[in-house]
Amino acid sequence: MSEYVIRGGEVIDASGRRAADVLVRDGSVVEVGTALDAPEVLDAVGAIVTPGFVDLHTHLREPGDEDAETIETGSRAAALGGYTAVVAMPNTRPPLDDPTVVRAVLAIGAEALCEVVSSGCITVGRAGEALAPMGELHRLGVRVFTDDGSCVMSAGLMRRALEYSLCLPGSVVAQHAEDDSMCAGGSMHEGAVSSRLGIPGRPGEAEAIIVARDIRLAALTAAHVHFLHLSTAASVDLVRAAKRDGVRVTCEVAPHHFTLTDEACASFDPAFKVHPPLRSAADVEAVRAGLADGTIDAIATDHAPHTPETKERPFEEAPPGMLGLETAAALTLTELVEPGIITLEQALAALSWNPARIAGVDDRHGRVVAPGAPANLCVLDPSATWTVDPGALASRARNTPYAGRTLRGRIRHTVLRGERVVLDGRATR
Amino acid sequence: MKHLLSIADLSRAELDELLDLAASFLSVTQRETPKVPALRGRTVVSLFFEDSTRTRLSFETAAKRLSADVMVFSVATSSVKKGEGLRDTVATIAAMGIDAVVVRHAAAGAPHRIAEWIDASIVNAGDGRHQHPTQALLDTFTITQHRGRDLSGMRVAIVGDVRNSRVARSDVQALSMLGAEVTLVAPPTLLPETLEGWPCTSAVDLDPLLPDLDAVMLLRIQHERDASTRFPSLREYTARYGLTEDRARRLRPDALIMHPGPMNRGVEIAAAVADGPQSVIGEQVTNGVAARMAVLWKLLGAGGDVV
Repeated sequence: MSEYVIRGGEVIDASGRRAADVLVRDGSVVEVGTALDAPEVLDAVGAIVTPGFVDLHTHLREPGDEDAETIETGSRAAALGGYTAVVAMPNTRPPLDDPTVVRAVLAIGAEALCEVVSSGCITVGRAGEALAPMGELHRLGVRVFTDDGSCVMSAGLMRRALEYSLCLPGSVVAQHAEDDSMCAGGSMHEGAVSSRLGIPGRPGEAEAIIVARDIRLAALTAAHVHFLHLSTAASVDLVRAAKRDGVRVTCEVAPHHFTLTDEACASFDPAFKVHPPLRSAADVEAVRAGLADGTIDAIATDHAPHTPETKERPFEEAPPGMLGLETAAALTLTELVEPGIITLEQALAALSWNPARIAGVDDRHGRVVAPGAPANLCVLDPSATWTVDPGALASRARNTPYAGRTLRGRIRHTVLRGERVVLDGRATR
Repeated sequence: MKHLLSIADLSRAELDELLDLAASFLSVTQRETPKVPALRGRTVVSLFFEDSTRTRLSFETAAKRLSADVMVFSVATSSVKKGEGLRDTVATIAAMGIDAVVVRHAAAGAPHRIAEWIDASIVNAGDGRHQHPTQALLDTFTITQHRGRDLSGMRVAIVGDVRNSRVARSDVQALSMLGAEVTLVAPPTLLPETLEGWPCTSAVDLDPLLPDLDAVMLLRIQHERDASTRFPSLREYTARYGLTEDRARRLRPDALIMHPGPMNRGVEIAAAVADGPQSVIGEQVTNGVAARMAVLWKLLGAGGDVV
């Protein structure tokens, strides 16, 4: 394999920040220092060299909905967004509740532009009735168990899943916290806007109720529960208190929940429809505060591609979800770092090493940039601005809610196991 | 004014103009030949994705009395049933060269989306639980016919399945614009989750309000939109909120009794009350044609003479 130096950047990782060149050979970091030389140079002047990002929450749609996204197109979007690993969500068709399907996803993922980490279902068919073969999936490397898209509604079954996860080292049970019975037919946040628009709501309490319940279950079982895409002030408060009490709880937030509010739904554009829904301005503030004080561990995209045909249905009839991989880092810098809500180090922790630890891939992602570490890296230009053009995204789908928005922060290069998968903002394959 | 999507888009001056136009067209509809050439050569498409009898007929009648050509797109027999998407359906219609599309859809905002996609004027004939602006026009017009244009201090109760009602959302805006004090009356489960930003109040008991009302509007329970899971039984509903003969007797003799239709006689309104002397339900239907003529003329005929 090749040898090259990433030159002139500032390295930021869990150990801190320093101006340094990074020498990469045969897929690994071999030296970090000043004035390093190699046959080839990757320009990092004015940029940050950081461990590649890890997305805890990506919908790749393959198998089953390849007209919206494939593992290949999704991984290209991920690489362009600075990600070197993504956790593929299990709500494919068929779902990731069977070793055969997980093996197939991992096999296709082996060729991808980022590492494709398979999640596994908590329950068979994500139906919330019987435990999926968690042990068999664990043997294939699955560490994140989730029925994402659906909430595990039965407290008894959720308890069993948490208990059982204790015999599967490194595993985590990740909950889509929204009480179905309170959200039936709901398409947006329940509040003044939904009341005005006459669109049935999904109340914030539907999330907080499940978060409160599952924190109790995590305390009861001593297992690790992770909350996917938290979106309300009440949920953030609950997690903050649970962490203080020593409960094994982690959580993530999606960029749209710290960027957009339910007012966006008044356009009736289904690009703004997502579950959990865009919340109130007060919730957005609380989520930002949760990131600032460390209550929220990770920023995860909930990248959810949908075809233009389905997103051209009326709001109430369109599927929920929005693209995220190519905009997450820039939104983090633009919405959180630039206004001084979190530091750049906090942002990178939330995008890289924190989620790497939760996903159980911290042996190869999110590591301190030092000799011996696998070269899974990202070079980020924090001052470059760009305007989101849906047509220019690598994702097969176009359902970004940020069309026309100018963002600060652009991925210059992404390195996967030493391979330069993104060079100067372009995917190399 | 290009579209009529929501009462909230109207200024007071525009609302006044539409009410004035409705009065002019009402006199047209009372002539021996109730037709004017105002929109000759214009084409209006009625595009109803959701069942409707009175609104569709009312719009088609209004368009024909203005001498517009009317095309009816019936979803039940159309390519929509074959899986065609909303955007393709309206693009096909737009390609035929039409001037206005009257849209009804079960989902909120569908007419707003269509207005972004094609050039024609869009009239919202009811979108989900959101808006039904021409119903609000005809309701407001009916009240002003009896009480004059200034509704200051007038008390109007809208009773029933408010949460699911696009009529209520539109009526509250139109009536409050003219000064009326609107009270929404329903069990809490049939009221909107919050009335923040609504220019009205709410009440859970109808009886104390009856003696002071200038008008009462009854709404149908929308079983098709989950309303029936929101209270124990129709019997209990009627007992608490139905405009029974007994309750109607407690209204002032000049209070107007209204209903946007279709009615469930014996549930939200007693048959004898619906047909009684204070009922203006029939007038609402008549006025509906005039109000819709006003809207179509305003959107398509602006600049020309009314009659």
